[in-house]
Amino acid sequence: MIVVEHLSGGYEDVPIVKDISFTVKKGKILGILGPNGSGKSTLLKVMSGILPATTGTIAIDGQNILSYNARALAKKMAVLPQLHANAFSNTVREAVSLGRYPHQTGFFSSWSERDEQAVQHAMLQTGVKRYEHTPMEFLSGGEQQRVFVAQALAQTAEVLLLDEPTNHLDIAHQRQILDMVRKEAVECGLTVVMVLHDMNLASLYCDELLLMESGQMRAFGAPHEVLIASQIEEIYQARVATYAHPEIPKPQITMMPAAIDYQQRAVIKKEHFMITEHFIQLQSEIPLKTVSSAVHNPGIGWHNCLLNRSVPGDYVISDVKREVNEFLQRGDFSPTNTVVMLTAVPTALVAINEFYAPFGSVIVAVTAGVGNAVDVSRVHERQDEPYIGTINTWVIINGCLSDEAFFQAMMTATEAKTKALQSENIRDERSGTIATGTATDSLLIAATQKGKEMLYGGPITEVGKMIAKGVFETTVQAIRNYKNQF
Amino acid sequence: MKKVVTAYVLTCALLIISIWCGVAIGSVHIPLEVLWNQAVDETAANIFWKIRLPRVLLAGLVGASLAIAGAAFQGLLKNPLADPYTLGVSSGASVGAVMTIFFNISIPVVGLYALPTFSMVGAIITMVVVMSFARIVDRSLKMETLILTGVIFSSFLGSLISLMIALSGEELRQVIGWLLGSVSMRGWPYVQMIIPFVIVGSLMIWTQRRELNVLLYGEERAKHLGVNVKRSKYLILAGGSMLTGAAVAVSGTIGFVGLVVPHMTRMIWGSDHRHLLPLSFLNGATLLIICDLVARTIILPRELPIGVITAFIGAPVFSYIFYKQRRGKGVRA
Repeated sequence: MIVVEHLSGGYEDVPIVKDISFTVKKGKILGILGPNGSGKSTLLKVMSGILPATTGTIAIDGQNILSYNARALAKKMAVLPQLHANAFSNTVREAVSLGRYPHQTGFFSSWSERDEQAVQHAMLQTGVKRYEHTPMEFLSGGEQQRVFVAQALAQTAEVLLLDEPTNHLDIAHQRQILDMVRKEAVECGLTVVMVLHDMNLASLYCDELLLMESGQMRAFGAPHEVLIASQIEEIYQARVATYAHPEIPKPQITMMPAAIDYQQRAVIKKEHFMITEHFIQLQSEIPLKTVSSAVHNPGIGWHNCLLNRSVPGDYVISDVKREVNEFLQRGDFSPTNTVVMLTAVPTALVAINEFYAPFGSVIVAVTAGVGNAVDVSRVHERQDEPYIGTINTWVIINGCLSDEAFFQAMMTATEAKTKALQSENIRDERSGTIATGTATDSLLIAATQKGKEMLYGGPITEVGKMIAKGVFETTVQAIRNYKNQF
Repeated sequence: MKKVVTAYVLTCALLIISIWCGVAIGSVHIPLEVLWNQAVDETAANIFWKIRLPRVLLAGLVGASLAIAGAAFQGLLKNPLADPYTLGVSSGASVGAVMTIFFNISIPVVGLYALPTFSMVGAIITMVVVMSFARIVDRSLKMETLILTGVIFSSFLGSLISLMIALSGEELRQVIGWLLGSVSMRGWPYVQMIIPFVIVGSLMIWTQRRELNVLLYGEERAKHLGVNVKRSKYLILAGGSMLTGAAVAVSGTIGFVGLVVPHMTRMIWGSDHRHLLPLSFLNGATLLIICDLVARTIILPRELPIGVITAFIGAPVFSYIFYKQRRGKGVRA
């Protein structure tokens, strides 16, 4: 455990860091963030005693570090600064062994069993054991960095200070080093303080973050308390947005390049839809922000190509991912840039309508097969295999939607679809009640994201009204097309 | 471990062979028996005990001192081109020694040790001045800065020596003879004179062998690893200057030994100072004994100054190291 209280210090009587206080508990990782020149590295140097502290105290396990001599301190606290190559080379093993320096005392002190164990452990943890006898200069930058981490680990100190341990490393090596630091913290109770440049890495690996600005603490707390878009924008003078990490409960931050043209308005038109025997395609010149429950590329993303593909009724649904990928490759579609839905309805039965609105326009395309229609309030009584989606709805908006508006648009579109089924008197075959949809309907909302941002997409907003009207009318038309055919 | 044993065995064997060659080869043949029976050949025994053995021992001690000092300076300054000669420390020691001869200084108590004492003082002062000047010019103490500073101070100190020579009268021969750098005709007193300094200086450096290993990674890193950097630096600089001063006092300026020997040793046996320091010490002795042997036998009956031979080997090695450094590749330990 390390406790820093009211610490100030820096170069030659000019305090660079001012009044810093924080506590890192045993086995926890603290990340220090801040813009260039905010005093991150200086803080680490003051903490490690390289630069003088003018006021304040640093205590490890309740004891002020000033009360230790250099050797005793090195046993308590290991430091890994940003290192440079040196003119003479050691082998990896020799370099790691230097971490044992503070533990060797006396004129003729020899290499003990514990020294050997610590060095072996450090080399294994960092994965440098296999280079043991290789001279340092034959290693890549990432490997050298790992050797230095091993050197610090070999000190078997309780506290580890790291200055940008992932500098100049590729993503695999960044992960490797930080995973290893995390492992040491969790398994061996190592207390870690590290300066990081990358806010996303810091968020992923640190328990707590300290955000610095001009040598002072701006924020301290869990990643979600520190990485707040407005706060980061203010300190870094850069536009950012936060989003959730896909797997672990930590925020991530991405920067927003300077805003570009708002000029292009309604660019998607009904004529852009191409209908072949096998699919309905919309190819857009600009990427569309899509939110969908499609088979391929579902979720939130940016895509240029939308496909609603007609497949036979006996299509094997269990292997759908692989089959769709093969289909895309056969048809020369970009697998990463295409959203695909599947339907058993012939493409000729699609209904496509364009609706104009003050902000631009909304185009709705629906293929509706209502043979498997169900009443959602009664589906718990059924035990069916999944079918191929039978009502596929696309809503293309020439306009800019917020995240809320996208989800509200999905709700609005779903309500309008349900209303269309009711108005066409489509019934659940089992229960005989009015159907609300089919078992595997898909919905896609796509927007050009040009023009003024529309914050909401509920039924009484301009865009909501158009979506409601459009989806209702188009679904009714599509259902009638289907009824006429079968 | 096995490699280390091999290193010491080979190095010691080389030293013993060179010592034997040093005492055995020459215009007068020395039979082996003189070692235990002087009566076998009175003249040969005299030459052996009074001329060749002290000469070989002196060459060995001077070489050992310069080599271990060079190894320590290189490690401390993380600079493979550092040695007492290139840093100007040798010149400083020379000025001290020449001044002693020129002003005929003698100190009552130290007696015989006046010359090495003043040499050492010269060496230490030069070291401190060169280091502080280089630090003012360039805080990071880059290799070029340090070598250039060494060259500047060497030239300046060289001109001081020239001045004293120009002004000197009857001491001239003595000064010139000393300056040429030689271990010939020095005899046992000089061996006695240098031995205490060699022991003390080498021990001072040897206590810092582990610290030197850590210091290779920079002073900051050394501090992180628990080294008392200031104490270490002072011990190494003082020990190195003491060795240089003593060596210069007995033999004049002999260049490049402190550069070549640690470099070769490092190349063959690695840069771990725990072994680099003693091995450099032994190899330094071997090299200078062989150089002296060559110097006195190559153009018989005349004798070359030993500095000529060391410079002959040293300058190309210096160029090679510089080339390797500039091409961005570290010198392989």
